[in-house]
Amino acid sequence: MATEAHAEGATGYIIHHLTSLSVGEGFWTLNLDTLFFSAVLGALFIWFFKMAADKATAGVPGLVQNFAEMLIEFVDTQVKDSFHGKNKLIAPLALTIFCWVFLWNFMDLFPVDILPLIGSMMGIEYLRVVPSTDLNATFAMSISVFCLIIFYSIKVKGPWGFAKELMFQPFGPWLLPFNLLLKLVEEIAKPISLALRLFGNLYAGELIFILIALLPWYLQPVLSFPWAIFHILIITLQAFIFMVLTIVYLSMAHEDH
Amino acid sequence: MSINATLIGQMITFALLVWFTMKYIWPPLFDSLEERKKKIADGLAAAEKGQEQMHLAEKKAKGVLKEAKEQSSDIINLAQKRANELVEASKDTAKKEGDRLILVAKAQIEQEKQQAKESLRKEVASLALYAAEQILTAEIDKAKHQDILSKISNQLVG
Repeated sequence: MATEAHAEGATGYIIHHLTSLSVGEGFWTLNLDTLFFSAVLGALFIWFFKMAADKATAGVPGLVQNFAEMLIEFVDTQVKDSFHGKNKLIAPLALTIFCWVFLWNFMDLFPVDILPLIGSMMGIEYLRVVPSTDLNATFAMSISVFCLIIFYSIKVKGPWGFAKELMFQPFGPWLLPFNLLLKLVEEIAKPISLALRLFGNLYAGELIFILIALLPWYLQPVLSFPWAIFHILIITLQAFIFMVLTIVYLSMAHEDH
Repeated sequence: MSINATLIGQMITFALLVWFTMKYIWPPLFDSLEERKKKIADGLAAAEKGQEQMHLAEKKAKGVLKEAKEQSSDIINLAQKRANELVEASKDTAKKEGDRLILVAKAQIEQEKQQAKESLRKEVASLALYAAEQILTAEIDKAKHQDILSKISNQLVG
């Protein structure tokens, strides 16, 4: 195929495609491709919405404003559906998550070889272009959300209230250890499931694109075209799920029992 | 494929993005949305009010029109009545005038008739006198018949 790999054959090709461009050793490794692409995509998101926000009028909206407002209204509806308190953070957070995750996932629709090929021309050996196929990216987001969940739980219910909820629910004070265990698992499952769901879907999708790219050229369009169309649905859906679950988790954190 | 420091970098990026969105993106766009919603609601309310006012004006106009119609028909009736009265009055005066004229004419005719009668009578009398004179001069002694002749002449004249 296009890039010469260290390992030979199909396995080498796949491994090459799923290896990050990284610097550093051990924990202090930085996946430069993930950092770079997610930053660029975040900047794209910010740039587009800032442009819309700067020109925002209550009169007849332009094309950019129209699109931005469509997204804002969509997110706002989702937030209002499940969150009934007052919080200035949740809606912008949800918008950022939706757009950013969508843009991450959208990178999956670029042909698998094109960006690594350009990269190899520039002397970059490894390049993984889809940030959501990197566990670091998805966990960074879900752990941030988790921190917010804990923060708001404590802020709304008070430290003692939150502790009481962890200890005495759902089975009452006599089964305190079970309650604690159950609650801890429940809370910790939230960020893990958020991150792994997104990662798993996109990683699998990317893998299938890579596998299709290994087939003879005349078979590739027949398979990659329907998969790409299907993937348009998946990337939007995954971004949507991440956003909605964030809203739901945060509104749960706001609920006082 | 392992968790490493990228996680921290991503978290920082994420925090920055959320902060920026919360500070500079969400409020203006959301406010403009809300403001437009309000504008539209106001516009709709104004339209409804305008329509109501139009209905009211229409009703009022109808009333005014009806009143005007009534007034005009009253005026027409009055005028007709007045005209009839005028016609009647003029008829009356005309008749009176006619009668008067007739009377005048009749009087004149009578007068003229009288005058004609008078002149005729005078002429006939003179003619008769003349004739009688002729006859008498021819046949009768003037003195003998003077009595009779003057009698007749007196009768004719008287």
